[in-house]
Amino acid sequence: MKITLWGTRGSLASPGPETARYGGNTSCVEVRGGDGTVLVLDAGTGIRRLGATLPKTLRRVDVLLTHLHMDHIQGLGFFAPLRNPNVEVHIWGPASVTLGLRARLSRYLSPPLFPVHLRDMPSTVCLHEVPCAEFDVGEFHINSSLVCHPDPTVGYRIMTPDGVVVYLPDHEPALGAQQFPLSQDWTSGCALAENADLLIHDAQYTPQEYEDRVGFGHSSLPQAFEFGALAGVKHFVPFHHDPAHSDDDLDRLIAETVTAVKPPFQITPGAEGTTFALGTAEGTPGTKGNSGTG
Amino acid sequence: MIAKEVEIILARQWASYLAMPIFIVDPQGTLIYYNESAEHILGRRFEETGEMPVAEWATLFKASDEAGKPLDSDTLPLVIALAERRPARRDFWIRGLDDVLRHIEVSAFPLIGLGQRHLGAMAIVWEVSA
Ligand SMILES: [Zn+2]
Ligand SMILES: [Zn+2]
Repeated sequence: MKITLWGTRGSLASPGPETARYGGNTSCVEVRGGDGTVLVLDAGTGIRRLGATLPKTLRRVDVLLTHLHMDHIQGLGFFAPLRNPNVEVHIWGPASVTLGLRARLSRYLSPPLFPVHLRDMPSTVCLHEVPCAEFDVGEFHINSSLVCHPDPTVGYRIMTPDGVVVYLPDHEPALGAQQFPLSQDWTSGCALAENADLLIHDAQYTPQEYEDRVGFGHSSLPQAFEFGALAGVKHFVPFHHDPAHSDDDLDRLIAETVTAVKPPFQITPGAEGTTFALGTAEGTPGTKGNSGTG
Repeated sequence: MIAKEVEIILARQWASYLAMPIFIVDPQGTLIYYNESAEHILGRRFEETGEMPVAEWATLFKASDEAGKPLDSDTLPLVIALAERRPARRDFWIRGLDDVLRHIEVSAFPLIGLGQRHLGAMAIVWEVSA
């Protein structure tokens, strides 16, 4: 399977010369299977460019939303398949305690925030609430579970014989832990991420920034690496970069954290356009990262 | 690994900051967490015992009524909250491993998560001053 990062920024789209390398688009990741199945992880502003690259022959696409914060759904109305009557768009995402997924999404996809109602999109839109029992989409077997972040939020574990990708873009497993990390079973998201071949994980803050933002739902870079080590992942992608961090800041912060924490896994900083190939021609799991220019 | 649900993880983290004794059980009644304030009631430290099945933790203290008559375990608030999925409270006396007789008031409630998932129950203990 092939994984492409279309948006790696957290919280707010942040285009500009100082963010050109890592990119300014908010969370969106494409996972494409060998059988042509397309999964889209979150619908941040990166989804617009992704939508433009999909084959005209595509008849089904599955958008897996982790939660409904704006930086994860803002691109949805600009996702080309939603305007194509020949496509089934399956949207997976969490309900709240009182509102279903349709009602929650419609709060954004309706006037005055958006000119078109979700129900008026020309495509066939099918909604599915998560977390739910494990499910299959094409060659992918998918598990979702609630994780620590304000408002109902899930992470996804995507499994194929090629390997396992785990997506936890907004995650604060250290919240309230008097020592972090605790054991695996007491750490949010750890079962999802266990032994993943590729973990795409929140790494928004410096340790100093985290001190002022406890409870905002995000991790510092060292916490993110500690989490990855606890879960035994093989390859880690720092993701959901803070809008205030420039490319040079990110280069420096990630390098400093690697030196300080010495994480026991490969690291590829989450930059827009980066692709990963999971599995090899021989069928052995493993990742190859490729920095793109996107 | 059987992972704890995020609501339970957050409940433990919250309880770890509170001064009132707090007990958290899973849907099977296994005591999966008690905070530092609860440790002197059980006479055990969570770091030492880890999780305890109901058959084990229920023997760590003797519950009795005002007259010293032992209480049936199914009249204890935590057991009611778990079995009947409703809040429950009562006061009673307990003698823990430290052999001190304490008059306590227990409020327990079921933990129902997103999607009506039954996650267990939580009890908060007040010591009634003499
Ligand atoms: Zn976010
Ligand atoms: Zn968020």
